[in-house]
Amino acid sequence: MGRVSRKPPPLLPQAFADWFTQRGWTPRAHQLELLALAQKGESALLVAPTGAGKTLAGFLPTLVELTQVKRNMRGLHTLYVSPLKALAVDVARNLDAPVADMGLKIRIETRTGDTPASRRQRQRRDPPDILLTTPEQLALLLGHPDSTTLFATLRRVVLDELHATVTSKRGDLLALDLARLRTLAPHMTMVGLSATVRDTSELRRYLVAQGGAPNMSALVVAPPGAPADLAMLDTRERLPWAGHGAAHAIHEIYAAIKTAKTALVFVNTRAQAEAIFQQLWSINEDSLPIALHHGSLDAGQRRRVEEAMAQGKLKAVVCTSTLDLGIDWGDVDLVVNVGAPKGASRLTQRIGRANHRLDEPSRAILIPANRFEALECRAAIDAARIGAQDTPPLRTGALDVLCQHVLGMACAEPFDADALFMEVASAEPYAKLSREEFDAAVDFVATGGYALRTYDRFAKIRRDRQGRWRVANPRVAQSWRMNVGTIVESDMLKVRLVRGRSAPVVQKGSSGGGMLFYPAKLAGDAASRPAYTGRLSRGGRVLGEIEEYFLETLSPGDTFVFGGEILSLQGIVENEAHVARAHADAPKVPSYAGGKFPLSTYLAERVRKLVSSPRAWKDLPEQVREWLEIQKQVSRLPPAGDLLVETFPRGGRYYLVAYPFEGRLAHQTLGMLLTRRMERMGLKPQGFVANEYALAVWSLSDVGEACARGRLSMDDLFAQDMLGDDLEEWLQESALMKRTFRTCAVIAGLIERRFPGKEKTGRQVTISTDLVYDVLRRHQPDHILLQAARQDAATGLLDLARLADMLARVQGRIVHEPLERVSPLAVPVMLEIGREPVYGEAQDQILAEAAETLVQDAMKH
Amino acid sequence: MMTPAAAAIRPNQQSASAARLTLCGVEFLADLSGALFHEGQRLLVVADLHLEKGSAYAARRVLLPPYDSAATLARLAAAVLRWAPRAVLALGDSFHDVRAGERMAPADRDTLAALQNGRDWIWVSGNHDPALPHFAGGQVCETYALGPLTLRHEPSLEGRDGEIAGHLHPVARVVSQSGSLRRRCFVSDGARCVMPAFGAYAGGLNIRDEAFAPLFTGRAITAHVLGRSGVYGVGAGSCRPD
Repeated sequence: MGRVSRKPPPLLPQAFADWFTQRGWTPRAHQLELLALAQKGESALLVAPTGAGKTLAGFLPTLVELTQVKRNMRGLHTLYVSPLKALAVDVARNLDAPVADMGLKIRIETRTGDTPASRRQRQRRDPPDILLTTPEQLALLLGHPDSTTLFATLRRVVLDELHATVTSKRGDLLALDLARLRTLAPHMTMVGLSATVRDTSELRRYLVAQGGAPNMSALVVAPPGAPADLAMLDTRERLPWAGHGAAHAIHEIYAAIKTAKTALVFVNTRAQAEAIFQQLWSINEDSLPIALHHGSLDAGQRRRVEEAMAQGKLKAVVCTSTLDLGIDWGDVDLVVNVGAPKGASRLTQRIGRANHRLDEPSRAILIPANRFEALECRAAIDAARIGAQDTPPLRTGALDVLCQHVLGMACAEPFDADALFMEVASAEPYAKLSREEFDAAVDFVATGGYALRTYDRFAKIRRDRQGRWRVANPRVAQSWRMNVGTIVESDMLKVRLVRGRSAPVVQKGSSGGGMLFYPAKLAGDAASRPAYTGRLSRGGRVLGEIEEYFLETLSPGDTFVFGGEILSLQGIVENEAHVARAHADAPKVPSYAGGKFPLSTYLAERVRKLVSSPRAWKDLPEQVREWLEIQKQVSRLPPAGDLLVETFPRGGRYYLVAYPFEGRLAHQTLGMLLTRRMERMGLKPQGFVANEYALAVWSLSDVGEACARGRLSMDDLFAQDMLGDDLEEWLQESALMKRTFRTCAVIAGLIERRFPGKEKTGRQVTISTDLVYDVLRRHQPDHILLQAARQDAATGLLDLARLADMLARVQGRIVHEPLERVSPLAVPVMLEIGREPVYGEAQDQILAEAAETLVQDAMKH
Repeated sequence: MMTPAAAAIRPNQQSASAARLTLCGVEFLADLSGALFHEGQRLLVVADLHLEKGSAYAARRVLLPPYDSAATLARLAAAVLRWAPRAVLALGDSFHDVRAGERMAPADRDTLAALQNGRDWIWVSGNHDPALPHFAGGQVCETYALGPLTLRHEPSLEGRDGEIAGHLHPVARVVSQSGSLRRRCFVSDGARCVMPAFGAYAGGLNIRDEAFAPLFTGRAITAHVLGRSGVYGVGAGSCRPD
């Protein structure tokens, strides 16, 4: 808040003006602007940096109206929707201050998945003035028969962290629910609160009804904060060629933490969080209070870390993107970003976590974990300095989410298909939805949407005499309520600490001060540090959750790191993994899927430009410059717009390395398609590996020589038509595609995650979606769920859209460099060989290897 | 690391899509589809077809694609075409429930009738199908004797010295240096064999599950795993629990 006192404008009631003055504050221009717009009945988007008083700006119109306007009947006045439960709770706390200070008679309540059922029921009957909730809870409220009365009084909707919500299917769900709210409460206005984004007009359209000409809400932009103090670590150590661990810089990270009051150490994956946390503690000679925070940890454990953080008890927290969003952490004065920043906007937001005061610059250090990441860090710093934004474009509304919504609307009250279609199409993500697609969604909800119409008697929704669709049976509505939401987790197993089979080391229960988040024993001197817990017993404490497929790779007795501890798997019992503490020199580190963001297209372009122009290298670390210099001498630099492809022999195989800089996912898809094509061309490809910047394929035939003799052209090899039949054939078998389909099937309601009385886990699901996928693909390839899965594949795990753009861009612009040996630029991707897991195509190889083991065993007799 | 060349890796036996499996000295071919073929008698054995499982779910308003019976029968037809059996034996749980016949589409019934045409058809009863649809045809029995072997739906403790059964839907999780996968399999110790489920929607039970333990006490077992292009004999040591 600004500290200069000024005469309050008349817009603001005296009580509020006084309150600002008492606090030594003055209302900010954007806060007043939003107030004026709200009073004119206009919806608006507020774009403001962290610390600009965004929350107060969003609620000021509500607070003013609730004190000024006499209402005949109390009812729900303002709805606040945030993507994080914790944020809703935090905002409720922050609102308490002005409400209590001014003695306003306003009831504020939160409603999340944690709210007891009795309270939720009461909230529907007797709603508060302001309700703070999540998209899922809003969907549930709207799917209830009493939603018409509940929302009739609604005047205002506040959408927090809108830039984060709209990038996922939750954003689609929210958009559909907002469309319904506009029907139920036509006079309501919305305000979206957002960090800086690439294109504000997308979010402005999201806030208002679409139809015919695109409509936009008003826009209010708060002035940017002080420019950040950004630096890249120029390590004294040798900068690694590959890997994301940043272990080389651990002493330098530790030193940086020491200089700060409180530091946030951001990493990209949970596995990295575990690793960095381990390493920091292994050198933590000063016993600094350093904690760990990531999405797999038990919620209670995370809350304890957050509280300790808010109370200023921690020196540093190693965290993943779970702390990217807006909860106010108090006195963070340093952000350490370990690894690749992935995007300019992402970096800017993370930096914003340091210092929630606008007028003071945020301080951030970027730690590249390898040489390519040094380039990415440099490009991101330059981008952040000029305020460049690369948030992803707005989504096209997903069809599976639409299916879920259609059933929800039938649960609320019988619907007329024409009216619901108009309403759905007024939501920005669904503005281009065709009537045919909508009807297919309704048909799916009713009877599964199958060409073979055998399920009419099992319909979930049916038309009544007036032609309106209504639920066939109350159980359908009950089941819908239990399955609302778009977040389909990988199958997770609870990790429970039990007494090990081998006698565990007895822990001394010296956990004084409730500081439960230290690892018990990392450097082997348990006695000097507080213990993690007290006595262990069977059915002990739950440490958190971990992806089932990671545990599938472990056998009982195998060790891994979780929650900063080394654990040994004792066995899997129902949906729990039982673990015991263990000592191990080389534990397997969890390879969580969570938190692997793709490199943004914008940043990729900047990196390409940086690499191709030696004059820009002056700000790069010496080691990186040297690496690029040698590349320039022995091969060439990847040109900014063209695609460099190198070929060279090595170890009896022939390698082809391409540098598209389009992110790992797009490169993996390219690798699959390229090797298929090479197979057909008789080039005998043996395998491939991808990282964020490059792709390496190896084969028994010499691709370089085939090009030299004119038997092959690189343009043919990379021709766009690989996205045709080859892609279709591959998708049929792709494990990634099957996983994508599963998510769609669950969201659309084909498969129920939960049903009354029980909750299924992946281990108990009686029908495998892989089997359903195989059958459906063969018998009805145009089914709506397959369309939904293909739509997801374009941007999701396969990143097809980006690959298609790249192939189009480099047509006729491929630069082939035949080499005698591996180039410096190729080294990082070559080092990935042997680290990566196997996907679809190599499955028979696993069986062949296992069969070979059997043969060897047999030969021993 | 990924290896594209599934095509380059061929299983190490006479036919790409079938492997030899010997039980008490009786030779069979384990077909990639999950069927077992006895050359001498030209008998094709399939287990756990679970026809109309999809519509059984639909009756509970889980609207799975209604194509599983067609898919299962199409795969069976391909196996019949490949081996030209004189007789087909379905080893129980051929229909998902006793009302499956009422829900089966006429086209699928026609396919079944066409498959039965010109050959013997034997339905062994299972726990899911104590009674068969009126149109099932063929002959029904509880067990079927084939030399020293007894064919029955549910593995029995006395079947230790020569038995072919289904019921358990065995799958193997195979882990090697290259990665891990879960596939349907035949599991056998040379005297007893539990067949994989043939039905399109039939799930699987890991052969390391305790349900398998009493069947194979004290003998080494091999999982004949149905890969993409061949059947692979994998030692129990390479198979992991889920």
